[in-house]
Amino acid sequence: MIEMHQVSKRFGTGLLAVSGLDLEVEASEIVAVIGPSGCGKSTVLRLIAGLDIPTTGSVRVAGHMVRGPDPSVGVVFQEPRLMPWLSVERNVSFGLARRPGDQALVAEAIERVGLGAFAGALPKELSGGMASRTAIARALVTKPPVLLLDEPFSSLDAFTRVDLQDHLLEVWGWYRPTMFLVTHDIDEALVLADRVVVFGGRPGSIQTEVIVDLPRPRDRTDKSFHSFQDLAMGELRRSSGDRFASPVS
Amino acid sequence: MTRLSLDRPALRPDALAPSRKRRRAPRWALGLVFPVAVGLFWEIGAMSGLISTRLIPAPTEIARTLAALASDGDLFGHSLTTTLRVLSGFVLGATVGTVLGAATGVSERFCAIFDPTLQALRNIPSIAWTPLFILWFGIFETSKVLMIALGVFFPVYLTFSGAIASVDRRLVEVGRIYGLGTTTLIRRILLPASLPTYLIGLRNGLGLGWMFVVAAEFLGASKGLGYLLVDGQQTGRPAVIISSIVMFALLGRVTDRLLAWTGARFTGWEDGFARKAVA
Repeated sequence: MIEMHQVSKRFGTGLLAVSGLDLEVEASEIVAVIGPSGCGKSTVLRLIAGLDIPTTGSVRVAGHMVRGPDPSVGVVFQEPRLMPWLSVERNVSFGLARRPGDQALVAEAIERVGLGAFAGALPKELSGGMASRTAIARALVTKPPVLLLDEPFSSLDAFTRVDLQDHLLEVWGWYRPTMFLVTHDIDEALVLADRVVVFGGRPGSIQTEVIVDLPRPRDRTDKSFHSFQDLAMGELRRSSGDRFASPVS
Repeated sequence: MTRLSLDRPALRPDALAPSRKRRRAPRWALGLVFPVAVGLFWEIGAMSGLISTRLIPAPTEIARTLAALASDGDLFGHSLTTTLRVLSGFVLGATVGTVLGAATGVSERFCAIFDPTLQALRNIPSIAWTPLFILWFGIFETSKVLMIALGVFFPVYLTFSGAIASVDRRLVEVGRIYGLGTTTLIRRILLPASLPTYLIGLRNGLGLGWMFVVAAEFLGASKGLGYLLVDGQQTGRPAVIISSIVMFALLGRVTDRLLAWTGARFTGWEDGFARKAVA
């Protein structure tokens, strides 16, 4: 569904953010990218979204070269980015061309993220978690075959985060989009993804991959989950040159 | 561990309420305290002869003058003339300011072409235009309305252009994700997002409109509150001058409140600090 071939991105400032990247994501697969901040993982997401164009190499979504934003790719940003002057309902319907039957679709999307009672509320009246849900509903309402999430829950408290992760999986079951998730939270990656890509280095590149072959829903307290945590943490440490390793006693 | 007790209920907030909620004066009444006090001292000063009423008439004298002007219909006529001038100038200046502000705010190229010139023109003192405007457009309504429009134009243009240019890039990116073109982007994101700041620009513009109308009416008007000012000076009637000033204050305040009130209906979504203070 997503194919990146030998992709590099150099910004106007001269900063080489990503170099020689090869990545493929299958249809309906959930792939999470983890890595320390500043390693270029958000850049990868922006390249797939068509918000940035690669300096070299090619990015394809559903076989088509990405040349700019496309309706087949939905994005959930790090911040909810809701229009403060629109109600939840009108924020969710923001990306829909007005067609008959849209209203039902909007209502369903709002219902699916559990905000049915807040359809008329303004963003300033929402909690952080509710704003994130609205952003997810907005991305889902057009039913894009590809959904990109850029650290969508990073600003939320631990309880809300876990709640929304479970919720995201439920919503994913709605029509099973291909999901590409950028996060710096190992647990989040392991709970959600089929495959965890460990990103690191400067310029950023893929260090290693962890296939998470655990059945869903995944139990965060389970022993096998813990062994994946250890594995991923070890890979992340190795890839970041032991930057996060505890001092040797 | 949870500790709950029934015999010692927590102090509830409303238990404190009666003592705190001791019949507070409404906000608008507080705003009257200062002017009423000043008026009172003024009146006492005038009555006791401490203030020369020949140059500074007592508030009651001004009230009498206002009433006299009002009863023969003059006051209404002058006020209406001036208000109409301000409103036509405001509509004209605000429209042009909005269009040019939107254009320079959205398009960098347009901004590069027009903004430097407009910024340079802005620095010319408004009164400096008056002789030229009278030569060009005559002494009647056209030159007056254009003077006012010029005064309204700059604050509206500047604030709107700046407001659009500083709309959160992240919201614009959402628009890009959904493939909005330039016009839809303006209509659905840039305009609503810059509305609160735009309103401040409009209110600034209206305030300047009221200033410019005086300048315009000083020079060759036979009607209007500005004419009343000059007339009061030439006939040596300070009460007439002050009456006219009072009318300016009233009308300026009323039109500004109307504009702010209308605007507030569209910007209720704002999540700002102490909105009341600005409105």
